Amino acid sequence: MAAINFMKYKLVYLAISSFVIIPGIISLLLWGLRPSIDFTGGSLWEIKFNEPVKIEDLSTTLQEQNLEYLPIQVSGENQFLARLKPITEKEKNKTEQVLIDKFGNLEELRFETVGPTLGKELLVKTLTGVLFAAIVILSYVGWRFKDKMYGVSAVIAMFHDSLVLLGIFSLLGHFLNVEVDTLFVTAVLTVLSFSVHDTIVVYDRIRESGAQNKGWRGMEDLANKAVTETMTRSLNNSLTIIFMLTALVVLGGTTVRWFSVALLIGTISGTYSSPFVAVPLLVQASKLKNRKRS
Amino acid sequence: MNKTRSLGIFIIAITLITLLIDLPRIPIKISKGPVIIDTVIGGYSINILNGKFQRDLNIRKGLDLAGGVHVVLQADMQNIAEEDKATAIESAKEVIERRVNLYGVSEPTVQTAKVGDSYRIIVELPGVYNTQDAIDLIGTTAKLNFRELINDKDLQDATLADFADTGLTGADLKKSSVSFDQQTGKPEVALEFTQAGAEKFGKITERNLQKPLAIFLDNYILTAPTVQAVITDGRAVISGDFTLEEAKSYVIQLNAGALPVSVKVIEQRNIGATLGADSVKRSILAGGIGLFLVAVFMIGIYGRLGILATVALFIYSLITLAIYKLIPVVLTLPGLAGFILSIGMAVDSNILIFERIKEERRRGNPLGLSLELGFGRAWDSIRDANISTLITCFILFNPFNWSFLVTSGPVRGFALTLFLGVVISLFTGIIVTRNLIRIFYKG
Repeated sequence: MAAINFMKYKLVYLAISSFVIIPGIISLLLWGLRPSIDFTGGSLWEIKFNEPVKIEDLSTTLQEQNLEYLPIQVSGENQFLARLKPITEKEKNKTEQVLIDKFGNLEELRFETVGPTLGKELLVKTLTGVLFAAIVILSYVGWRFKDKMYGVSAVIAMFHDSLVLLGIFSLLGHFLNVEVDTLFVTAVLTVLSFSVHDTIVVYDRIRESGAQNKGWRGMEDLANKAVTETMTRSLNNSLTIIFMLTALVVLGGTTVRWFSVALLIGTISGTYSSPFVAVPLLVQASKLKNRKRS
Repeated sequence: MNKTRSLGIFIIAITLITLLIDLPRIPIKISKGPVIIDTVIGGYSINILNGKFQRDLNIRKGLDLAGGVHVVLQADMQNIAEEDKATAIESAKEVIERRVNLYGVSEPTVQTAKVGDSYRIIVELPGVYNTQDAIDLIGTTAKLNFRELINDKDLQDATLADFADTGLTGADLKKSSVSFDQQTGKPEVALEFTQAGAEKFGKITERNLQKPLAIFLDNYILTAPTVQAVITDGRAVISGDFTLEEAKSYVIQLNAGALPVSVKVIEQRNIGATLGADSVKRSILAGGIGLFLVAVFMIGIYGRLGILATVALFIYSLITLAIYKLIPVVLTLPGLAGFILSIGMAVDSNILIFERIKEERRRGNPLGLSLELGFGRAWDSIRDANISTLITCFILFNPFNWSFLVTSGPVRGFALTLFLGVVISLFTGIIVTRNLIRIFYKG
C-alpha cells in the first residue's frame, strides 16, 4: 500500500485543533467549569411528583423556603433536579412536607449532600490523580521508546485531548448547565489513557519501520507510512467504541449521560490526536534535531 | 495441531461453564412416572472438606443501582488524646455497625477512613429508604447516663431536677442485648458493663437498693427500673412487662448511647429504588444495541473473520459476567458504563490483528503464514497500548487506599470493570480468536 503523504497537511491539522481548542480555552478563561456539589459542597435533590407541577411554582416555593441555589432542571416527566446549599436530612424533610402540601405526593429519587471541606479535598485529590497518571504514562512511553521525543510528543497530544474535553465541558457548562463531577474527572483520566493507547500503536510502527528500512530515510516518510498503515485500524477501533458510547449517551440513564459524553468526546479527540498531533510533533521535533546536527 | 484441538476444547468448556454461571437460577421440577427431576440450574454449592461453599450467584448491585443511603460521618476528636484516636474511631465504627445490624439492614457496609487529620466513618445501607430513621440511628451521639433520684419523690412526680448524675455513662456500658427470663420466658434487657463500669455500678446499686435507677438518653428518660440487688459483676438485667419489640427497642437505644465520639454527617447520598432499576434497564438496552452494532460492523468489514471476532466477543461477555458473579463485583452505574465501554474496546486487539493479517496477505504471504505473522506482530502494539489503560485503572481504583488519591465507590466501580474488561479481552481477543481462526478459518 502506498503511503499517503499525511504530514504535508500539518497546517490543516493545526487549524482543526485550533478551531476546537481556542473557543474552549476562551470559555475556560471566561466562565471556567461548572463544578458540581462533589467539589463545592451543597445538596442535590431529585424528586418526582405524581401530578404535573410548573417549574416556576416549584422554584418560587423553594425560594420561599430560602433554599434555591441554582436553577431547577427538569429531569423527566414531572421530575425535577434541584441544587441547593448544603441542607440536612431534617431540613429536607421539612421542605418535602411543604411541597407535598402544595403540589401533592412526591417521590424522592435521590438526595445528596456534600460538606464543603469534602469538596475541596476531592479537588486536590483529583488533580493529584491526573498529574500522577500523566507522569507514570509519560515515563512508560519514554522508557519503552528510549527517546524523550516520543514521550514528550505523546504527552502534548494527551494535553491536547484534555484541553478539548475541558474546553467543550466549559462551553456545555455555560450554555447547558452541565456540571463537572467526580465522574468527569474519571473520564478525563480514562481519556488520557485512550489518547496514549492510539499514539503508542502509531509509534510502534514508526520504530518498527525505522528498523526494517535500515538507515535514515527521513522521519517524515516513516511517519507517513506508519500513519497510513494504522489509519484503518485506528478508525475501526474507535468506531466500535463510539458505537457503544453513543448507545450509552442516547439510551443510558441520566446519572451517567454526561460521563458517557465526556468519554465519547475524549475517544474522538484521542483518535484524531495520535496521527494528526502526536506524529506531526514527532516529525517536527526530529527535523529540529537534524537541523541542529548539520 | 493437537495443541489447537485441546485449546479448542478448553475454550468450549470455558464457554459452557461461564454460561452455566451466568444463567439465573432456574428451578427444574419434572415428575413423569418414574422420572423425577428436582434441581436448580445456575448457582452452585461445593463441599470441600466438610466446609460448604455456597453462592447464589446474583450480580451484586451497588448502592446507586439498588437504592439506599450512603453517609459519611466525621468524628469530633477534639477531646481525645492522639494515641486513643484510632481506637476511638474503631469502637465508634463497631457501635454503628451494631446499631445498623440491629436495625435489620441486609449487607450494610461500615468502614473507617483517615484523611489528613480527620477520622471518618463511611456507612452504606442498601435498601433503606426511610433515611431520617437511618441517619438518626447512626448519626446521633446519644449521651447515655445513669441517674439516681436525689429528692425523696415518687418516680411519677420527679422532674429533671430531681435526678443526679451517678457518673456511670454509656462509655461504661459494654453492650446491651435482649435476653429471656428463664422461668417466665419473658423478654428482658441485659446489660454488660466494662470493668470500670462494673465497679461504679456495684456502688450505685448498693446505694440505691430498692430505689429506682433511671437511664437517660440525651436528657430523655429511657427507663427507670428499681434496683433489686447489689450487682458487682457488671451484669444486670432489666425485667418488666416488655414485649419483644419494646425490649429490642431499649437495647438499640442503650447500645446507641455507647458511641464513644460524637460524629456529624458531612456527606449523604440517598438513592431511591426506582432510579436504580430504571438505570439498569436503560444500560442493558444500551449495551445490547451497542453490542449488536459492533457485531454488524465487524462482520461487514472483516467478513468471516468478523464472525469469529463476534463469537469471541460473545464469549468475552459471558466470561466477564461470570467473573462479576464469582468475585463478586459490586456493580455500580459507572461500573456498568465501564463494562459497556469495554465491549467496544474488546475488539481492538482483533482489529489490530486482522489489519496485520491483511497487510501480510498484500505482501504476498500465503494465508496460513499471514495468519500466524499477523498474530505475532500485533502483540507488541496490543501489549503497549493496553498498559496505559491498566495504569489508569490502577490509579482510579487506588488499591492501597492512598489518602492522596480518590477512594470513591463509583470511580472504583468503573476502574474495576474497565480493568477486568482489558484483561479478559486480551484473553478472548488473542487466545480465543486465534484458535477459532485455526479451527474454522481455512482460506
